[in-house]
Amino acid sequence: MGKAFGAVAGVGAVGSLVAMKKSWDPLPSVKAAGFTTLDMSIYKEGEIITEKWRGKPIFVLKKSAAMIAKQTESQKARDVVVGDAHFMLAIGLCTHLGCIPAYVPAEESFLCACHGGMFNWAGEVTKVPPPRGFDIPPFKIDGTKLILGEAGPEYQKMKDSGVTL
Amino acid sequence: MAHFTKATSVKDWLNQRLAVETVERVMASEYWIPKNINFLWAMGMVLAITFALLLVSGIFLLMYYQPDVKDAFYSVNYTIMRDVDFGWLWRHVHGVAASVVFLIIYIHMFTGIYYGSYKKGREMIWVSGMLLFVTFSAEAFSGYMLPWGQMSYWAGMVITNIFSLGGLHLDGLVEWIRGDYVPAQAFLTRFFMLHVLLLPLAIMGLIGLHFAALRIPHVNNQDGEEIDFDAESKKYLAGDTAGSKVIRFANDFMSKDMMVVGFFLIFFFYLVFFQYGFALDPVNFDPADGLKTPAHIYPEWYFLWSYEILRPFSVNIGLIAFGFAQVIFVLLPWLDRSPNAVPASRRGLFSIWFWALLIDMIVLTAMGKLPPEGIFSTIGLVAAIAFILLWVALPFITKNEKKA
Ligand code: HEM
Ligand code: FES
Repeated sequence: MGKAFGAVAGVGAVGSLVAMKKSWDPLPSVKAAGFTTLDMSIYKEGEIITEKWRGKPIFVLKKSAAMIAKQTESQKARDVVVGDAHFMLAIGLCTHLGCIPAYVPAEESFLCACHGGMFNWAGEVTKVPPPRGFDIPPFKIDGTKLILGEAGPEYQKMKDSGVTL
Repeated sequence: MAHFTKATSVKDWLNQRLAVETVERVMASEYWIPKNINFLWAMGMVLAITFALLLVSGIFLLMYYQPDVKDAFYSVNYTIMRDVDFGWLWRHVHGVAASVVFLIIYIHMFTGIYYGSYKKGREMIWVSGMLLFVTFSAEAFSGYMLPWGQMSYWAGMVITNIFSLGGLHLDGLVEWIRGDYVPAQAFLTRFFMLHVLLLPLAIMGLIGLHFAALRIPHVNNQDGEEIDFDAESKKYLAGDTAGSKVIRFANDFMSKDMMVVGFFLIFFFYLVFFQYGFALDPVNFDPADGLKTPAHIYPEWYFLWSYEILRPFSVNIGLIAFGFAQVIFVLLPWLDRSPNAVPASRRGLFSIWFWALLIDMIVLTAMGKLPPEGIFSTIGLVAAIAFILLWVALPFITKNEKKA
């Protein structure tokens, strides 16, 4: 008797927990709004532009010839190449706890005011606490356009090789 | 069915149905309080009164506040502050009380630590108190989201990101908590629900538990003396009120409590009317902007010490240190291995430990407010390590303590 009662109550408890969990999930409308298309032909060299995707800031930097020339292997691996232009593309949120680091041109670095983290112009971390370089948003190259939120082969490669999470 | 007689008075009528006299006796006139205590024992009552102030002012704010990302900021900063008659009063009372309640909680906690009031049957008082501390922290954080200013937004971003647990990358969990990729409407409405309903309910339940836990061991006293409450109360009831070591909770002890509460309220309303600024961050007078982080973000003063423990380390170690700081206080009754329940001043090394912990937490608080640069980073790091070492050392220094 006690066991039967316990079983019925257990089923009810699990069921309601599932319902409660699901009610807190992001709504379909929130998930559907998760794509943004960028026209990559309009950016000027050496200028950091902040775009918006899923409410998050996205840093776009068209690299200058000098920057491309001095890139290390690991920096090259983060390059997003559209046509013959090279871009630094990153979610502009500190990988520590999500503040937006500000670009300081004099140091060619992003400085996070929250806990003092630092990133270089290519998006790599140079000072803790952030554990890794900027994350790169899922992207797909489509001619001169970039679709954020969709994982193309170039993005998949970065993900598989651990360049981004 | 019980036997009811014609009532001789309203009191008798109630008494037959609700046993009001028995309730009064058990809860008040024959709930015994030691005489040998000081004003620090009034902090519990001060906390209860402050909670009442929060509840009343909160109810008034709730009548005009709009939990909508488009309207929230204006409903607070324009409607409540300018349109509603005395709206500013409720907001200042609520903000100042939310800040001062933590000052009193810290005094209350350190009083308990100093006098060893978490030992010998008082463990549940301590544990329920720490649960109150955690719930109050959650209540303060969720309330901080509601004006939807820059500090609300970015504090919401940073604190919810803690739940990705660093190297574990639980981003799905963070998005689940927010109901979105970033703090947005779903986030604001659910934190609104937590702040005005679920957490206050939990707090009220926990206050009940806290009081129930006090009932059997009674409150401690200035010498940690084990009082025989049965014998002392008999003495008192037999007429030897001077010789007894205890007094009634009401009205005798209550009147002393209320004296301290009176002084506290004068100080409190001085802050509300003339010094409310410290409780309202200027950065939060800019509406939330998801594309711009304020130059310096820091939590309210009462979270600074634990924030500073998070900050100087790389992400995973920082989170472990932070988690340690959050739970370690709960374990105090078991980490303190000495059976002595006497004031810290009579406990040798423990006395040094007590003051070192207090000073260390003040240093952490000060460093947490300063930007994470240069010498401040270093002092913060040293203080954070000292905090952890102090707790690790506690069982060893108390184990060999001499009987006091
Ligand atoms: C709003 C929150 C709280 C309220 C309303 C509250 C209320 C009270 C009251 C009325 C008392 C009895 C009088 C006194 O000794 O001061 C008390 C005792 C006590 N509280 Fe709290 N308390 C709160 C939070 C806490 C916290 C955060 C802790 C720390 C973990 C704590 C630990 C204790 C201890 C150890 C005692 C026993 C003191 C003794 O026996 O001498 N309380 N509390
Ligand atoms: S959020 Fe950037 S360093 Fe912590």
